[in-house]
Amino acid sequence: MAYLIQGETGDWEVVIGLEVHAQAVTNAKLFSGASTSFGGEPNSQVSLVDAAMPGMLPVLNRKCIEQAVRTGLGLRAKINRRSIFERKNYFYADLPQGYQISQYLHPIVGEGTVTLDMDDGSTRDVGIERLHLEQDAGKSMHDQDPTRSMIDLNRAGVALMEIVSKPDLRSPDEAGAYLRKVRSILRYLGTCDGNMEQGSMRADVNVSVRKKGESGLRTRVEVKNVNSVRFVMQAIEIEAERQVEVWEQGGEVRQETRLYDPNLGETRPMRSKEFAHDYRYFPDPDLLPLDLDEDFIAGIEASLPELPDTKKKRLIEDLGLSAYDAGVIVADRETADYFETAAAGRDAKQVANWLTSNLFGALNKRAVGIPESPVTAENLGALVGLIEDGTISGKLAKDVFEVMLETGKAPAVIVDEKGLQQITDTGAIEAIVDKVIADNPGQADDVRGGNEKAIGWFVGQVMKASQGKANPGQVNALLKQKLLG
Amino acid sequence: MSDLRDLSIADAAEALGKGETSSVELTNACIAAIEANRVLNAFITETPDLARARAKESDARRAKGDAKGPMDGVPIAMKDLFCTEGVRTTAGSHILENFVPTYESTVSANLRDHGAVMLGKANMDELAMGSSNITSYYGPVKSPWTRLGANVDLVPGGSSGGSAAAVSGRLAIAATGTDTGGSIRQPASFTGIVGMKPTYGRCSRWGTVAFASSLDQAGPLTRTVEDAAIMLQAMAGHDPKDSTSLPFDLPDFRAACVPNVKGMKIGIPKEYTLDGMPAAIKTLWEQGVEWLHDMGAETRDVTLPHTKYALPTYYIVAPAEASSNLARYDGVRYGLRVEGDSLDEMYELTRAAGFGAEVQRRVLIGAYVLSAGYYDAYYVKAQKVRSLIFKDFSDAFEDVDVLLTPTAPSAAFALGEKMDDPIAMYLNDVFTVPASLAGLPAISVPAGLDGDGLPLGLQLIAGVCQEQKLFRAASALEAAASFSAKPGGV
Amino acid sequence: MPLSKDDVQKIAFLARIRVPEERLDAIAGELNGIIGWVEQLAEVETGDVEPMTSVVAMPAPLRDDVVTDGAIADKVTANAPDPIGPFYAVPKVVE
Ligand SMILES: [Mg+2]
Ligand SMILES: [Zn+2]
Repeated sequence: MAYLIQGETGDWEVVIGLEVHAQAVTNAKLFSGASTSFGGEPNSQVSLVDAAMPGMLPVLNRKCIEQAVRTGLGLRAKINRRSIFERKNYFYADLPQGYQISQYLHPIVGEGTVTLDMDDGSTRDVGIERLHLEQDAGKSMHDQDPTRSMIDLNRAGVALMEIVSKPDLRSPDEAGAYLRKVRSILRYLGTCDGNMEQGSMRADVNVSVRKKGESGLRTRVEVKNVNSVRFVMQAIEIEAERQVEVWEQGGEVRQETRLYDPNLGETRPMRSKEFAHDYRYFPDPDLLPLDLDEDFIAGIEASLPELPDTKKKRLIEDLGLSAYDAGVIVADRETADYFETAAAGRDAKQVANWLTSNLFGALNKRAVGIPESPVTAENLGALVGLIEDGTISGKLAKDVFEVMLETGKAPAVIVDEKGLQQITDTGAIEAIVDKVIADNPGQADDVRGGNEKAIGWFVGQVMKASQGKANPGQVNALLKQKLLG
Repeated sequence: MSDLRDLSIADAAEALGKGETSSVELTNACIAAIEANRVLNAFITETPDLARARAKESDARRAKGDAKGPMDGVPIAMKDLFCTEGVRTTAGSHILENFVPTYESTVSANLRDHGAVMLGKANMDELAMGSSNITSYYGPVKSPWTRLGANVDLVPGGSSGGSAAAVSGRLAIAATGTDTGGSIRQPASFTGIVGMKPTYGRCSRWGTVAFASSLDQAGPLTRTVEDAAIMLQAMAGHDPKDSTSLPFDLPDFRAACVPNVKGMKIGIPKEYTLDGMPAAIKTLWEQGVEWLHDMGAETRDVTLPHTKYALPTYYIVAPAEASSNLARYDGVRYGLRVEGDSLDEMYELTRAAGFGAEVQRRVLIGAYVLSAGYYDAYYVKAQKVRSLIFKDFSDAFEDVDVLLTPTAPSAAFALGEKMDDPIAMYLNDVFTVPASLAGLPAISVPAGLDGDGLPLGLQLIAGVCQEQKLFRAASALEAAASFSAKPGGV
Repeated sequence: MPLSKDDVQKIAFLARIRVPEERLDAIAGELNGIIGWVEQLAEVETGDVEPMTSVVAMPAPLRDDVVTDGAIADKVTANAPDPIGPFYAVPKVVE
């Protein structure tokens, strides 16, 4: 269903493009040897280069280049053999050089594609315009001192990969799905930890609206630095509605940069961006053009992991999973890894079932993620194994699973400790069957009299008497033999 | 022995090696001369205590037999563009008036590690922008030279004017300079000394206050060609901290200083003949050709068709880079701050107060040529013309080994002349800028005096990394010219 | 096309240099002189010429991803005008 905003004058469509700033996973910064780790003392991860002291010069970190190429390949994008770093000139308190080193006309990565998995199981392709490398700025704190802002440059110079989408997104849901998918790909690749709370992934959202059926694009507004998937979706909704209102009241949407305030539920113009900007990009004369050779790119390509789209396809086609289960499982790398470990040599569909209907629910209740799961992948696999080889029934397995959640123990150990092994010894089952028949002559006669359905009641009684351990198949067979001859 | 201050690096090294003098003695002689010649205003910051301490260390090293080569113990002036740890570095600007680096530039560190003794920080045009040293916030430098029979203060050239005045005035045995469009060669020509700009990338730019990154190169100002070779050997070399640093081992520059041009091909670019060029310069240039020819070189005319566009190209590229390089002087992390009610006001007031008129002019030009709508017409166009200029040289060097030209279109002029016409001032660099744009090594050798008794230099230009050819030809030129004039009072 | 007073004001703000109103005309004149002079480049035929990117044709050198720097807060703030503790400080910015 298309997402439309009902205005006074008719339906409006939303056109969205996202610029995702993803911090590359590296030890050191893009152009300096200072650390990129999160949460250091103020200005403790700052080199003379990051502080833009006179005469300081940038030198490229090879790992940043590798991460960008790796990400580009993961986005099924063109890797540009030559890219050029340019200076984006503007003044800001946390921009020490007075320019940001970025890539402009010649980015390291060109056009690519991201496939979205929508909630209804359908997929949709979104175009990637480019990916370029650039420096992060420092951090300004505006509310710690009555008259001054405080500047910490620990983040200044950290490598960001800016992933720019085409304006292909048409709803907050699609934008959310896009962000989740990009984050998933980055995590599979190990090129960005995707942590939006710590700011290692942020999004600028370009939003415009147009009348349904209109073909051109109207003025877009950039909502800067939104730091969660939920906020991105909210910001789009709120900004799109604002724009519809402006247009419908006969106004004109201004091309500007706005800020989303989740507390007030509004977007507002950024003061520091009020002036028309003129970034005066030009190639950074302190750096030379970056040339990548075929072997460098091929080496990275050879080391790529299986990515979610391919993995999903394999889970469906080779392992017989439903599209929905496969989608859920591949959505993040940790879940996928967990699944693959658990399912190794087991009935994959059954493992998927346990994972999506039992484990996820239990973890949700405990508010922990897969990495903190008390039930390890090996143990979940072992549990399914015990069902498969008839050691326990599916019903008992649920009890065992509860104990696994509590104790983290291996299922075999729990079965052993509690003596839960299924009784398959015919003699032992026969003894119980005989006893139950003897104890319930009335019901036995009822069955013998032709009420074959009542045999189910006997099965229940026998299972109960065996504390659920009797093999249900055998119980059934014996009862039929004894009562119906 | 002659006056200690008059020694070349080579002679000083020999005298030190023989124990005929000590670094402390040499250093003290220079310090005394600096103090006696403060009227020249050659230094922004004098560092006599540091110099004496380093001289003492040098002597101690030598006593133990650990002398580090020909620079060890030699007192030099350091252009105030090189950041020096614990020693104020102003770049001639108000905006860095109180800036004390916590680090040492690669070039000054290399010299220190070779045992050179820093006497102080030499005056210069503000942020290296100028050709006469009149833009320094710390006052103009006076050339030690005067016109015959005239009592007018002359400029030493710029931007390495303090360095040039110190070396020619015998306040230091040698000095460092930086050359963006001629800032080593032109003052060397004005003051009768040798000034050399190596191939772009030979000297690390790390820790040197940037003017125009794609042009800036450090180099030596000395009194002999051999000294330039010795000093360059110590200053230069690959530095992984500078991405544009050439990753090559240095050849033995000093060994190349053989005054023998037999079989060398010397090109004479006809475009370097300017209308209205002083006759003395034209004559000297012709004389230079003849000298080299007489010494066995083959001389031939070459053409560098885009020469006349070099200066306008330079005055787009250099200000563009400078406008961006100078953005870091914003009053936030170091340097001058003028408080304002808002961040922008603080920036504007700080930079208006911190930068002098010439720097402001170039920053504005630079911002303009990079701005939306003008970038292609100015900056990109200039970089294309720059490619053509580079190609002119490459073509010429297919046929010749080095080029011979005048260094500057005039001798030193008086303080106060040419001051209110920026373009007239820019024309000072007309012969030096082309090699800068092409990143080529070039040297100015003192070759004669004009009618006023003022020195004139001739410039030799070689191809990329062809410093050895340059030193060879320069040594020959030096031998032929046997320039021995000194400024009055020395 | 010559720069107007307004243009100079705009460029001066881009460059964050305060130019007093009464100096705008004079500076416009100076800049126009220089711009007019450099415009002679327009006469050079540069059809398919590549703009110069660097003097020596070599690829950008790359360094290894190791932490070799930082932990020098005292050095990077040593020259800071009016800092607050380990922070640089500027007039308050309101977003
Ligand atoms: Mg953006
Ligand atoms: Zn960005």
